[in-house]
Amino acid sequence: MPATETATPLSNTPLVALRDVELAFGANAVLRGISLEVQRGQAVSIIGPSGSGKSTILRCITGLLRPQRGEIRVGDTRVDALRAEAEFIALRKRVGFVFQQYNLFPHLTVLENLVIAPTRVAGRERAAAEREARELLDKVRLSHKAAAYPGELSGGQQQRVAIARALAMRPELMLFDEVTSALDPETVGEVLTVIRDLVREGLTCVLVTHEMRFAEEISDTVYFTEAGVIVEHGPPARIFRAPASDRTRAFLHRALGDGARDPSDDSVPARRPAPFPETPPFDRLRFAL
Amino acid sequence: MASEIAAAPAAPALGTEAGAGFIAHLDPRRHPWLAALAAVLLLVAAWTATGTTPVALRHLWQWSPTLLLGLLTNVQISVLAMAIGTAVGLLVGALSFSPFAPVRGATRWYVQFFRNAPVLVLIYFTTYVFPFELRLAAWTVPFPDWLKVVLGLALPTSAVVAEIFRGAIQSIPSAQWEAAQSLAFRRGEIFRLIVLPQCLRRMLPPWMNLYASITMSTALSSLVGAHDVVDAAQVASNTVARTDFTVLVYFTLLAVFFAYCYPIARATRALERRHARH
Repeated sequence: MPATETATPLSNTPLVALRDVELAFGANAVLRGISLEVQRGQAVSIIGPSGSGKSTILRCITGLLRPQRGEIRVGDTRVDALRAEAEFIALRKRVGFVFQQYNLFPHLTVLENLVIAPTRVAGRERAAAEREARELLDKVRLSHKAAAYPGELSGGQQQRVAIARALAMRPELMLFDEVTSALDPETVGEVLTVIRDLVREGLTCVLVTHEMRFAEEISDTVYFTEAGVIVEHGPPARIFRAPASDRTRAFLHRALGDGARDPSDDSVPARRPAPFPETPPFDRLRFAL
Repeated sequence: MASEIAAAPAAPALGTEAGAGFIAHLDPRRHPWLAALAAVLLLVAAWTATGTTPVALRHLWQWSPTLLLGLLTNVQISVLAMAIGTAVGLLVGALSFSPFAPVRGATRWYVQFFRNAPVLVLIYFTTYVFPFELRLAAWTVPFPDWLKVVLGLALPTSAVVAEIFRGAIQSIPSAQWEAAQSLAFRRGEIFRLIVLPQCLRRMLPPWMNLYASITMSTALSSLVGAHDVVDAAQVASNTVARTDFTVLVYFTLLAVFFAYCYPIARATRALERRHARH
């Protein structure tokens, strides 16, 4: 297999481009020179150990965090140079964000969660926004939960609502921040199915994930980060089967479990590796109460 | 013949069934309040019929309009104190998020000072600090004692409301702000559409608790000369001058305050339970 570094031609201007982005919280350097590109219509996964700055990259792209150095472009927007609130608003209308902990608005029904931003922020007609919201709920297979409150849903259902809520703004770019890490293993699949559909439809997606098999399946490019730098990137087949760096190999060995995947072995393991919950599943606790 | 015999017992059986249903409806285990009310009505009817109503009760009946009028003053004081205290408290609570450190400091001192002051001292304080009448240009407006009590109670109320409000806002996770920000909401919109509605729901139970406790504190207003229900009870007790009546009248006061505050406490708990689910 030819070991090309990028999966797409470089002639197109990328939708997202980070160049030498550095960010520190106090003395703690989180990003130490991150460069990354996402072409329009691509799915890019960022993998790596916890605390390697994966989520921070996503937060920088949507302007929730501001890097101290480097350049971030989303389309024609220089995100690192934005100052006024109106400029951030214009950016975030184009970028959808899905969080690990869903962060739905608990005081609103599922339908209202999907309608509030399009009507209040994008200024769409209520009836049209509602119709579109119902279509999106249909798409994430939750049309029967339109009148429910987030607290009445399981974690997987809440996460699917959160994806639909972000889609309701018709973003041209979706950022997924470890969206399955807080979920029960049995509900992970239903969320991944929704994301897989979006990628197939050609929506540009950036995923931070611990679901290695999923990243391998849907990504056009995979970035491996460790300790605030990108160790290597390339098409998933190469990253997962023939990583260039020993650090990538060591990480994949840990992440996929001993013997789950030998880099030289082409056969796909029957069992999906266990997801890596970075945080305890709070929702399970809540439902027990 | 056989059919008649078979049919005959059926009719009374229907009757007892209906009767059983009616009795079940009055089952004291299911409807303790209804049963108690029925018992009291029966007792009063028996007393009236036989002319053996206890003397103390007859006095209580005579004095009940006065007591009710006094209770109206308590309700008036509590509602006004709560309204003023809530308005001021929300303002103070909002100022506690001010970007200016001196303003934040001032609100903290206001809250700490009035939360840690005995209510009775505050009532005496407002009673003697304000004149008994106000001269506004050509008019002289009386400043009645009950209104001073309202102010005395509104001070600690505002301090507690400010704390409830501040706590509610802080209890909204920052992730809610982040989620709304990523949906392109402005800061003002996030506060108005996302944070505040959640705050109000969280504030309601402690706010109702506060109202119940303020209502109980209105009993102190008799000490500075307001004609409330406690004052009415004292007048009644001195006028009738019977020990059994005095005991009865204060029992009645306890029952009246309980009847007013207990439903509030129950409603608060019901609200808390409902919010726990969402």
